[in-house]
Amino acid sequence: MTSFAFMNKNYLLRVQHLSKSFPGVKALDDIHLDIEAGKVHAVMGENGAGKSTLMKILIGMMAPDSGSIFFKGENTSFRSVHDAIKAGFSMIHQELLPFPDLTVAENIYMGRYPVIFPGWVNRRKLNADAQQLINRLGLSVKANRKMKTLRIAEMQMVEIAKAISNNAALMIMDEPTSAISQKEVDTLFAIIKNLTASGVAVIYISHKMDEVLQIADTVTVLRDGKCIVTRAASELNKDSLISMIVGRPIDIIFDKKHFERGEILLSVRDLSGNGFREVSFDVYAGEILGVAGLMGAGRTEIMRALFGLDEIRSGTIYFKGNPVKIKSPDVAMALGIGFISEDRKETGLVLTSTVKKNITLGALNLCSHNYIIDKKKEAIIADEQILRFKIKTTGRNQVINFLSGGNQQKVVLAKVLLRDPQVIIFDEPTRGIDIGAKAEIYRMMTELAAIGKAIIMISSELPEVLGMSDRILVVRNGKITGEMKGEEATQEKIMHFAMV
Amino acid sequence: MIAGKLKQGSNIISRYGIFIAFIVLCILLSVATPHFLTGQNLLIILRQVSVNGILAIGVTFVIIAGGIDLSLGSVVALTGVVAAGYAHPNTYPLIVPLLIGLFTGVGVGLINGLVITLGKVAPFIVTLGMMTMARGLALVWSDGRPVSNLSPAFNFIGGGDWLYIPVPILLFVLVVVVSYILLNNTTIGRYIYAVGGNEQAAKASGIRVNAVKLFAYIICGGLAALAGIVLASRITTGQPNAGIAYELDAIAAVVIGGTSLMGGRGTVTGTVVGVLIIGIINNGLDLLNVSSYYQQIIKGVIIIGAVLLDRRNAR
Ligand SMILES: Nc1ncnc2c1ncn2[C@@H]1O[C@H](COP(=O)(O)OP(=O)(O)OP(=O)(O)O)[C@@H](O)[C@H]1O
Ligand SMILES: [Mg+2]
Repeated sequence: MTSFAFMNKNYLLRVQHLSKSFPGVKALDDIHLDIEAGKVHAVMGENGAGKSTLMKILIGMMAPDSGSIFFKGENTSFRSVHDAIKAGFSMIHQELLPFPDLTVAENIYMGRYPVIFPGWVNRRKLNADAQQLINRLGLSVKANRKMKTLRIAEMQMVEIAKAISNNAALMIMDEPTSAISQKEVDTLFAIIKNLTASGVAVIYISHKMDEVLQIADTVTVLRDGKCIVTRAASELNKDSLISMIVGRPIDIIFDKKHFERGEILLSVRDLSGNGFREVSFDVYAGEILGVAGLMGAGRTEIMRALFGLDEIRSGTIYFKGNPVKIKSPDVAMALGIGFISEDRKETGLVLTSTVKKNITLGALNLCSHNYIIDKKKEAIIADEQILRFKIKTTGRNQVINFLSGGNQQKVVLAKVLLRDPQVIIFDEPTRGIDIGAKAEIYRMMTELAAIGKAIIMISSELPEVLGMSDRILVVRNGKITGEMKGEEATQEKIMHFAMV
Repeated sequence: MIAGKLKQGSNIISRYGIFIAFIVLCILLSVATPHFLTGQNLLIILRQVSVNGILAIGVTFVIIAGGIDLSLGSVVALTGVVAAGYAHPNTYPLIVPLLIGLFTGVGVGLINGLVITLGKVAPFIVTLGMMTMARGLALVWSDGRPVSNLSPAFNFIGGGDWLYIPVPILLFVLVVVVSYILLNNTTIGRYIYAVGGNEQAAKASGIRVNAVKLFAYIICGGLAALAGIVLASRITTGQPNAGIAYELDAIAAVVIGGTSLMGGRGTVTGTVVGVLIIGIINNGLDLLNVSSYYQQIIKGVIIIGAVLLDRRNAR
């Protein structure tokens, strides 16, 4: 109905009857989408709804099975990303696609290096241009640094820089904020406002309701590859948006319960390592310990060291009161520590492998006897986890790489929790996860705390930290700068310790 | 509808492409020459491929784990001369040359693995160095001369039959079966795939990555030794110059069989088919009296074609 309201507008991009199938799934089913110049059009939907697939088709990475795309009134179908970029498209990908061994500047201007004469790159201009762009984004990295030395959040900002450096007429942003904290989100939004003011159209994908309501003019919701509805954002609020996405209302997301705190399971004293110094804290059985801070504060580094992934320079870790040396993750896991990585591609998953094999990889002892894997049992375990975590897949033998981003994240959760660890480190657990599954994960965390697990939750989403934590640590510049009880914490207090 | 069917068809081709290619080759050759599809010729082919087959299975482990082994051919020579040195008639019982030969290969694999994991040197470099080192050792050990005059028991391994089947074929089949089980049904097999697929993630899953890599190189070295013994026995001599460039045929077979050189992906059955394809090409072209110069060109084309097929599959 409402779509008639836009009928007589002059659309920059029109998508009609677009469909795309993969073996076993209809990822897109007769999609319609109208994009106006100078507006932000949000596309929302559950994990696996088809959002990224739609965008990949628009940018020429994939070919649709059927349907048509009109850009500036002309029927277009890009044969390659190169064509799309030339026509004025630009995209921030959900899965970062950096060249790790090139510099930040080289990444940003990939394929468009300024030259002194053909074949000779003007390195000075390249670096200067890149640095200017980076500074504009409020990012404090040098343009000549190797991409692989950056943190995930910084890489994400570089991807954003790359996309806007293109002077595109249409910008596609596929979950640009899933890895960055509020400060960078604010910068990004300021940039988006600038872009739209100069007539650029933005397609914005996110699972975060507040963001979408704040920045979008129009919202389209996809479910199972179908367009459910397109509405003006001004007609929507959080609740109506959620029920459109999930298909039913979900009221309480943070169903916070406090449990009797048990013994100290893990304590850390004066721990120093790469990116953090003299960190001390305790974690109790039955509590959720939130760890807040800005991007790059060193939170992930602390936890990686604790789990044996990075080296510890000095300091002691006590597990149930006994000093332990955690030299590698297998030691940590044997003690009963689990780590859910924020970086599913790097440390979370074996992308060449299947859903089943990823789920059971860390817990083969559950389904093997004398080193022989009991395949029936393994299949049962994998199916249970797929069901429990509502992983959208064509089956346990699907290769992980073909799952949508959020569903890959769920596999990481399923894998780590399968071992039933006593201390669980969640690093950005809801990154890229849809609203329904988020509620599910929060419930799961609460349940785990209830049965006496200790949970450490790193999160850049303040509402999540505030809503879930019994206690909150704030990290800045590799040091713990503040600690507070969950019920006493406020956004302002946390930000005070995080920035100073 | 029809488009869908076609798509499905092309999926099947890219998925089982290598098997289909194998069958097509067999049919072509049986049409081209009546001598191809005879029981006797098939046994000949199998016996011819068994040395390369054992090597290829060994290097399959290493490649799936994300590594490479270029020292195979030299290890074949080294273990061949070492074993032969203890296999003269009326000296030691058969078990002695066998064990010493195997341990030599395992030792080489262990050294490769240790330098790669603890020394953090690229597998290509380490095994390239080992390729010349092992060759040099073989020459030093044998004084540059073939080690001949071997016991009948030793020569039985490469030349004998058991239940009418040549022993090398039986050994190859045994290696295939055990390796298949190792890679598909055991935890260590699963870890090998994981380490090759994503080392970081494997580590974070509690897998001791170095131990897994060591295991792969040790298996590879041990199987190279078995191949070396079979070869020495078949030619009834330990040849310090044997096995030159054997690693290339082995790696080619693995790649034809669909195992990714990037690691994390591959199968024993694929390698077996790869080995057989190389074998029947050699055999068929011999039967057709194609000159060995042209044979090399044709083999090269087939290797590249197979990988092209594989690339399409991965996309
Ligand atoms: N290359 C592929 N091969 C097979 N299936 C695929 C492929 N790419 C996507 N899919 C499937 O298509 C569906 C839609 O995936 P898509 O990535 O578009 O979801 P999404 O809406 O972006 O989800 P998320 O919020 O998790 O990012 C999923 O079921 C996914 O498994
Ligand atoms: Mg997506």
